[in-house]
Amino acid sequence: MSVIKTEHLTYTYNGGSPFEKVAVDDVNLEIEQGELVGIIGHTGSGKSTLIQHFNGLVKPTAGKVYIDGRDIWENPKDIRRIRFQVGLVFQYPEYQLFEETVYKDIAYGPTNIGLSKEEIDERVREAAMFVGLRESTLEKSPFELSGGQKRRVAIAGVIAMRPEVLILDEPTAGLDPKGRDKILGQIKQYHEAQKNTVLIVSHSMEDVAKYCQKALVMNQSKVFLYDTIENVFSHTEELSAMGLAVPQVTRIFHALGARGVEVNPDIFTVEAGREELLKLLAAHHVRKGGAARA
Amino acid sequence: MLKDITIGQYYPGKSPIHHMDPRMKIVITFAYIVMLFVAKNAWGFGVGIAFLIAAYLISGVPGKMALKSLKPIIPIVVFTTVLNMFFIDGNPLWQWGFLKITDKGISMAIMMAIRIVCLIAGTSLLTYTTSPIVLTDGLERLMSPLKRIKVPVHELAMMMTIALRFIPTLIEETDKIMNAQKARGADLESGKLLQRVKALIPVLIPLFVSAFRRADELALAMECRCYRGGEGRTRMKQLKMHGRDVVSALVTTVCIAGVIVLNIFIRPIF
Repeated sequence: MSVIKTEHLTYTYNGGSPFEKVAVDDVNLEIEQGELVGIIGHTGSGKSTLIQHFNGLVKPTAGKVYIDGRDIWENPKDIRRIRFQVGLVFQYPEYQLFEETVYKDIAYGPTNIGLSKEEIDERVREAAMFVGLRESTLEKSPFELSGGQKRRVAIAGVIAMRPEVLILDEPTAGLDPKGRDKILGQIKQYHEAQKNTVLIVSHSMEDVAKYCQKALVMNQSKVFLYDTIENVFSHTEELSAMGLAVPQVTRIFHALGARGVEVNPDIFTVEAGREELLKLLAAHHVRKGGAARA
Repeated sequence: MLKDITIGQYYPGKSPIHHMDPRMKIVITFAYIVMLFVAKNAWGFGVGIAFLIAAYLISGVPGKMALKSLKPIIPIVVFTTVLNMFFIDGNPLWQWGFLKITDKGISMAIMMAIRIVCLIAGTSLLTYTTSPIVLTDGLERLMSPLKRIKVPVHELAMMMTIALRFIPTLIEETDKIMNAQKARGADLESGKLLQRVKALIPVLIPLFVSAFRRADELALAMECRCYRGGEGRTRMKQLKMHGRDVVSALVTTVCIAGVIVLNIFIRPIF
């Protein structure tokens, strides 16, 4: 059964006024349990509004959202329960930290669930481990940490609620390449260890290609595509027309293919590209060497 | 959402009143208030009301907006009217136990109600036709003589401008933080008063932290552009008096003079 399902989901800002704007337009989606999905799209394409529907922060203007097959707005008083089930990490989450110590801040979510002290302690330590925070950091004030570490604390604060679905809105915005790879790597590890569903909103096609299994492309408030990475990136031209470039390395291989070089066009990461090129060179070498000998 | 609250009540337009010098508009607004309090009979109030209606017609601000500005003061108007009606001595028209309504009471009540309504509608027109930034600019220039007695006029105006500039930013920020904490299970909507106040701590602390951070960044950015206070500072937009400002000043003066003359020649209401 799909863990997230939407039916004709539509959301309109400032409905009825001259400033009316459709942010999410008739979205029908089914996301399966255990998938790692990358959500890509332009600024203003409706990504952020869409994901805020999944944990009930935004109420749809029309249409339905189902989590685990249950309509989340069936009982509006129960909406807090959904927020524990679907954890959402906002953009620049480090600005939400407020407690005296990192430990207490991570414990905020679990405390809101109403768990026992032992349970909270276990979850805080587990979440800190997932994002690579040291024991000693837990007793520090979140305000004396570096930007990257603050972000880890904020992500841990959501992971500690043990959500069935984890959604991250641009978790790497404003980080250096090293910090970016580290955080995404940890998210991937978390996904593999917990076997739960993870959604990552990103601007970077490279990141989505490298870490995700599926990609959801939003364009002008609609879902343009929702498919495996291979199938999504085979639509190079449509994506480029939207201003969403496929990974650079994919473009190189597509160009090579267009020039008559026999390469696999489904190359999305630099590592895979290297393998493919080495294979090509080896074949070339064999042919050349063979020809010389003959 | 919080974002939907409008800050300031500027109603954009291109009328002569919108284009007037903000200093003149502030001065005329004060003069108008004085006029309302000088008026002592029905004719005087007639002038006051006519002045207001004419100003609204010229400004092109719809009458609906004027009514909107009056909404919050309805309780005050009702309260003063009732008080005046029952507690002013005069010839009783109606009596029941200790409660009585007198002719003087009624006229006083009507007068006070008109005064308050005109006062609010008039000052609202100032804020409807003047954007907050222009308004602080005008205030700064008007108060500049106070610099002689060491009142930091420029600094005050700059503070006001910056505060106005950051209100929408902070509202947006509050919205974001509230959503982020709600996503962590914060319950901001239910519970008793004390619980609700406690639930706001996770919103207020990050908000303060980011407000301080923004202030720091802004100060740095201003210093980078060599800001060093108001001394010797020139402006891109110079305030200038035009024909329309002179005309409106004359009209206002004539109206006030008229009200005073009417006071002398016509018997006051009480």
